[in-house]
Amino acid sequence: MSAVSASKAAQEADASLDPTRSFQALILTLQAYWARQDCVILQPYDMEVGAGTFHPATTLRSLGPTPWKAAYAQPSRRPKDGRYGENPNRLQHYYQFQVILKPSPENLQDLYLGSLKAIGVDEALHDIRFVEDDWESPTLGAWGLGWECWCDGMEVSQFTYFQQVAGFECAPVSGELTYGLERLAMYVQGVDSIYDLNFNGRDGAARISYRDVFLQAEQEYSRFNFEYADTEILFRHFKDAEGECRALLEKGASGTRHLMALPAYDQCIKASHAFNLLDARGVISVTERQSYILRVRELAKACGAAWLKTAGGGAGPGQ
Amino acid sequence: MPDLLLEFFSEEIPARMQRQGAEDLKRLVTGALVERGLLYEGAQSFVTPRRLALHIVGLPAEQTKSMEERKGPRVGAPDAAIQGFLKSAGLARIEDAKIEKDPKKGEFYVALIEKPGRATTQVIAEIFPAIIRGFPWPKSMRWGAASVRSDALRWVRPLRAIVCTFSSQHETPEIVKFDVDGLASGDTTYGHRFMAPDAIKVRRFEDYVDNLAKARVVLDAERRKQIILADARSLALAHGLALVEDEGLLEEVAGLVEWPVVLMGEFEAAFLEIPSEVIRATIRANQKCFVLRDASGKLANKFILVANLIASDGGAAIAAGNGRVVRARLSDARHFWLTDLASLPDYKGKAGKPLDQRLAKLRALGIVFHEKLGSQGERVDRIAALSYKLAPLVGADPALARRAAILAKADLVTEMVGEFPELQGLMGRYYAAGQGEDAAVAAALEDHYKPQGPNDRTPGAPISIAVALADKLDALVGFWIIDEKPTGSKDPYALRRAALGIIRLILDNNLRLSIADCVRWSLLAYILYGLRPDASYRSLAKEYDPQLTEPTERWCDPSYTMLLNFDGFIDKRGEDAGLFQIGHPDHSPGVHGEEIARFAAAHHELHRRLEELDRLADSLTAIGFSGEDNPTALGLSGDVVGYYEGSPDLRPIYAQPALPLGKSLLAFFADRLKVYLRDKGARHDLIDAVFALPGQDDLLMIVRRVEALGRFLETDDGKNLLAGYRRAANILRAEEKKDGAGAFSSAHDEDALVLPQEKALANTLGAASRSAAEHVAREDFEGAMRALARLRAPVDAFFVDVTVNADEPELRLNRLRLLNELREAVHTVADFSKIVG
Repeated sequence: MSAVSASKAAQEADASLDPTRSFQALILTLQAYWARQDCVILQPYDMEVGAGTFHPATTLRSLGPTPWKAAYAQPSRRPKDGRYGENPNRLQHYYQFQVILKPSPENLQDLYLGSLKAIGVDEALHDIRFVEDDWESPTLGAWGLGWECWCDGMEVSQFTYFQQVAGFECAPVSGELTYGLERLAMYVQGVDSIYDLNFNGRDGAARISYRDVFLQAEQEYSRFNFEYADTEILFRHFKDAEGECRALLEKGASGTRHLMALPAYDQCIKASHAFNLLDARGVISVTERQSYILRVRELAKACGAAWLKTAGGGAGPGQ
Repeated sequence: MPDLLLEFFSEEIPARMQRQGAEDLKRLVTGALVERGLLYEGAQSFVTPRRLALHIVGLPAEQTKSMEERKGPRVGAPDAAIQGFLKSAGLARIEDAKIEKDPKKGEFYVALIEKPGRATTQVIAEIFPAIIRGFPWPKSMRWGAASVRSDALRWVRPLRAIVCTFSSQHETPEIVKFDVDGLASGDTTYGHRFMAPDAIKVRRFEDYVDNLAKARVVLDAERRKQIILADARSLALAHGLALVEDEGLLEEVAGLVEWPVVLMGEFEAAFLEIPSEVIRATIRANQKCFVLRDASGKLANKFILVANLIASDGGAAIAAGNGRVVRARLSDARHFWLTDLASLPDYKGKAGKPLDQRLAKLRALGIVFHEKLGSQGERVDRIAALSYKLAPLVGADPALARRAAILAKADLVTEMVGEFPELQGLMGRYYAAGQGEDAAVAAALEDHYKPQGPNDRTPGAPISIAVALADKLDALVGFWIIDEKPTGSKDPYALRRAALGIIRLILDNNLRLSIADCVRWSLLAYILYGLRPDASYRSLAKEYDPQLTEPTERWCDPSYTMLLNFDGFIDKRGEDAGLFQIGHPDHSPGVHGEEIARFAAAHHELHRRLEELDRLADSLTAIGFSGEDNPTALGLSGDVVGYYEGSPDLRPIYAQPALPLGKSLLAFFADRLKVYLRDKGARHDLIDAVFALPGQDDLLMIVRRVEALGRFLETDDGKNLLAGYRRAANILRAEEKKDGAGAFSSAHDEDALVLPQEKALANTLGAASRSAAEHVAREDFEGAMRALARLRAPVDAFFVDVTVNADEPELRLNRLRLLNELREAVHTVADFSKIVG
């Protein structure tokens, strides 16, 4: 191999790890950055969730006094946002990168800006802004105050100080950062359609785009979400998950401790996703909608209460 | 005199909370200082996204000292009492106390204690922690490690530093030391987040402002607004364009930057096919950018954005980035626009044109208007029925008015209005035009929400007027039924605005409408759509024994009670014949025979009404009129009112003026009309004088009468007649006290008239009174007043030469009767007793 082609190969190798050139490098860079800030780098939760917040590493770990720092990418499913792969900005399955720091550190805004720098956003060139956007999750019984973070007018992240989760006051408060990875990647790569994102940073025949990876899935799942998902089965799944959640909460209760908060919470996640699918299928009326959201919230609250009786939730040794 | 400088440096404060925050800070701090005797010369507060600052000038260095007198024991009191007094007053010897005399107590000691003034800095250090902890942010939060405690400091966003300096002109400024939840005050702040993030040492206000400016922070929000506006205008001008100004947006944008940099972005001209209001709403709401117009007034494909950075490339990347986002947003908007113009997949071919399909969807979704007032679909049915009924009275075609009403709320379920609620109505208009509706129908879709505020345009096209009236009447009557009337400053459903809207629609368009009729028709529409019980009306009032069972829940629902008893029949014969009794016939014999008969009669009447309602509902269903899910049947909705009124059994219920609901609603209209006319300079007493007449519910005539009255009272004839009227009324009042009310209400006796002056008055009175009544009947109020003006001379003469309270009782009675006739004649025009001044 000539020196020239060797250096070219090295450049190619760099491109696959360059966050401004590849989607995967964006994730890798954020992981590396937050690993340096003492976060545990987790993998996605192995269940269908509507947002990275649902991962127990955020929802449950933000409850109780125990300090916690974690970061992870989380595939998120929002069945209603499916557009059969035809809309360049909307997907029913996309990635969030989630950072949770408890308690929220003094320099959280600076840490966040540092992460933008790490993925190639030059603060001398780009207009970065913190614009009021208070966050609320009715299904999780959670809310917080913070901002949507703008880069040249584009919302690239959500920045929240959790005040309440599962109906419990956060003590201490966690700082949560959620990066919309596709948007951010579109920005740093300079493309106008999600599907045009370079996934692996390669050019020519070796180039894999977001289209190559996900377009077919978007089309198929849109059909499923809107047309073919069996609503009877989904209603049953909702009911089953709700029932199982309650049963586990009851069976796991052991004096001042709880022994099955995590499995119970999984069922809450399942119920929430079944609800989202039913909602996409359009079979839930406006009035029913509210009551389903309430039912999921009740589960989330009960799971939060159970978690606070576990070691992870900061409960002392039980009897 | 020293100055105080205060700054709270925090993470980004929401733009919409900044101005109020600055005002609150100034109010709280100056209030607390004054309360502690620290007066100041001036105070000004400032706010940026990251700091809230306050500058107070001309404070004293310390509180003025004060003397306090403390009373002690009497002279010669036991030594223990004296010693205790000395101790508590801080005196060494009893000789240091004054001796005062009191007539009761005799001589006693008084200590004069000097209370030294405390240093202002000390007072400040004491008051700030409480002000910070109790600061009235609309929403506040906890943060960081301290937030384990529930009493941790709260602020709008994490508070990072506090500057507090106190300085005289020639002295080194002093830091006022205090501490809130571990955060200590100091003299360090920071510059612009990106351009000059370093610490800045603060001495006093002047160097603070200068150093911040050097560190790329414009402290004053007004100054930032001026910069943005001036730069935006000139940048637009440089491109041959004009800025579309927007004060609300300017205010918000000034709260998003510490150092405004105005830039121009661009989008493809092809997007201009989207309605300009949509483009503006998109760019404004999502991107907080200003739109521009070209020389011909059309929207340009450029926009103004305000950045917070002097970028190293002159802002090219920022403008390009914003342009990209705007394009993505406009693609969404275009998608909404095209989607809304097309058929809905689920309703295609089933529910008529695209907007009709949205109405079908609105009905299918069962979107609630108000939990007690049914769905939006039912509201549409009511407004359609009401529009149809009102149309002929306002010169509109009933069928077109109904068509407009049916489509009026369909745009609520369009994609565009879902995204930009402020475009409701306007989008309906565009979409109606797009599906080939009559232009007047399309216009009514936008205009039926108008007039919204005092500066909003009043619709003038008949169809728009009909639907606009129906929309507002339906809201007013509905919320009156469920007793959600505005109180004090609370008017969550904007009912005052709705009533004012009706008033302006009527007056601006010279409409003749009886408010009582309108209310009655609206009530009828509520009975037909929106308040129907699950089974039948009859089921509302089951026979039951009140000793054993409770009345049905529905029956107790005040909405139904109000509806069924809207004319007050239940209370007609006595206040005790309450609703509880009419649900059952009380057949028990007893001493209160009359009362029982009354209850039984009320019970009977109630059941008759309920059964009639059921029959009506049945017959409507029989002719295919169900409202919901039956768009073709909707064609009949307007006829319902006629159908109802044509039914002889039902006529007695709804032919009467609607009481007490109608009465209370009419009083509300009268109040709103007064406010409206007062703002236009009319005298409220004249409005009262006209409203005091019976049966006044035609707003246009009321206003005409008030105007005529105002003009009349400015003439000499008017003033003198008023004086004569008052004299007559005063005499009558005094004499009625003696003889009893109505003692003089018979006609005078022609033969008992003695003096020429009383004869003259009697003659003129008859003619003037008849003429005035005729003019009133013809609605010629000027003419009626002119007729009354003829009374002036005889009235004046009468009071000069005639003794009313004559010694002869017949003469006195006859003269008082004459005066009573005068009073009544004047009352054909207005109740002059309400006129003041």
